[in-house]
Amino acid sequence: MNIEKMISPTIRNIPPSGIRKYFDLVNEMKDVISLGIGEPDFVTPWNVREAGIYSLEKGYTHYSSNAGFIELRREIAAYLKRKYSLDYRPEDQIIVTVGASEGIDIALRALIEPGDEVIIPEPSFVAYKGCAVFARAVPVIIELREEDQFRLTPELLEPAITEKTKVLILPYPNNPTGAIMNEDDLRKIVEVLKDKDIIVISDEIYGELTYEGKHVSIASFPEMKDRTILINGFSKAFAMTGWRLGYACGHPAVIDAMKKIHQYAIMCSPTTAQHAAIEALRNSDDDVQAMVREYNGRRRIMVDGFRKAGLDCFEPLGAFYTFPSIKKTGLTSDEFCERLLMEERVLVVPGTAFGDCGAGFIRATYASSIENISEALIRIQRFVERYSNAK
Amino acid sequence: MEELLEILEKNSKLSEEQIAVMLGKSVEEIKSAIKKLEDEGVILGYTTLIDWEKTSKEPVTALIEVRVTPQRGEGFDKVAERIYRYPQVKACYLVSGGFDLMVVIEGKSMKEVALFVAEKLAPLESVVSTSTHFVLKKYKDKGVIFEKSRPDNREVIIL
Repeated sequence: MNIEKMISPTIRNIPPSGIRKYFDLVNEMKDVISLGIGEPDFVTPWNVREAGIYSLEKGYTHYSSNAGFIELRREIAAYLKRKYSLDYRPEDQIIVTVGASEGIDIALRALIEPGDEVIIPEPSFVAYKGCAVFARAVPVIIELREEDQFRLTPELLEPAITEKTKVLILPYPNNPTGAIMNEDDLRKIVEVLKDKDIIVISDEIYGELTYEGKHVSIASFPEMKDRTILINGFSKAFAMTGWRLGYACGHPAVIDAMKKIHQYAIMCSPTTAQHAAIEALRNSDDDVQAMVREYNGRRRIMVDGFRKAGLDCFEPLGAFYTFPSIKKTGLTSDEFCERLLMEERVLVVPGTAFGDCGAGFIRATYASSIENISEALIRIQRFVERYSNAK
Repeated sequence: MEELLEILEKNSKLSEEQIAVMLGKSVEEIKSAIKKLEDEGVILGYTTLIDWEKTSKEPVTALIEVRVTPQRGEGFDKVAERIYRYPQVKACYLVSGGFDLMVVIEGKSMKEVALFVAEKLAPLESVVSTSTHFVLKKYKDKGVIFEKSRPDNREVIIL
């Protein structure tokens, strides 16, 4: 038997990640400063870790209900109300998932029939396209532009919509660009969508990490409330990546459909993480605020550093990424990243890993200490000078 | 300027240029703000947190509970001053509860600290009694945990 032939062609045809080879290289090198990993460098706040430990000590080691502890769903509802003025009923409008990632996966699976189109703005998180393909959808890519600050505009959205369009992925604050959509930006998108049969999957996992202003959810527009599946989680805001906990909110019919997949594929989300998350929502506002403040300082240092190195870098106002253009160096994104790693031992990720239109850009994260960031920027400046002079 | 103070309190090694960028201000603004805070005595100095245990010098720290008789018209301030003027005294607080002054003393040896208490502190007229607690191990000081710096154990992952 040819085992490889047994693999579903849909899966076989998904290309391997463009980031993998750098990670393999890094593993064999010393003294590399990594600005490549998209997760907080902070450890989960102690009160949250302690709540997880305490739940284990008390012997809370069983399943929760499929949708998650009602106590946690109540806290999620209160949190969304407090932060974003959103109203969701804990009983039938919220499901607790294994990370926001599972939320994206089951939201797509709950909606998609083979051949349905899913609009995905790029550059963006690599999983959207993958999950859409797994659900046998046809991904329709919108190429976002730097001159729009990588925001989704009606001009870009409208031509992408066909009668087969079922879903729009709205990934803001954005990984990898750090772009955000403010209330006015969203309103223009709402105008396009309000009378169409399209569901928005709004991935707001970086919502707390918004600088110089507050994050606005598209679900806060009354006409969008039922048409939106809000995806969020604990990984980024509460530095809880390894706990694998997220949630999805939406119309009861959609949440019910998602619950069907979740209960057969997952059963329920890890309960230690759920106990910890209750504490996170109740008592961690100060910790979150302190982390956001710290990220904001680093963000400015990094943008300033890239600009001083002679690279164009638009001002990212969300998440913890910068997305400078490296076109000036005459190198491709891939060449830039590989040579920077070999010659200066700094790891950044090529923009092309997040979609073809990421060509000419790199992603660097400031989820790293000021010391590391400052040293990396010195090395990058040296590197850019070398290539600019050589040209 | 609270944010400026918080940044400096956490890491006074940052340059004025770095702080200016972090706060979105000009270097001049930061320089004059720091100068003002220093002049007003809000910023009293810049120190380094050292784990002396890891060096050949191993200073001894003791917490001393001091009971005193407050003096007429002076309260506790006068006697506190006579105590905190000694350079061996690293900290001195007036506290509520079963005693009055909490005095933190550092010396080269237990003997030196004990002698200081016996010869300088206890004989003071208004001191009623002292109780000395030697520090055996420091776990955390000034908000910093005394442990090896945590390595970055984030694994490479595609996202």
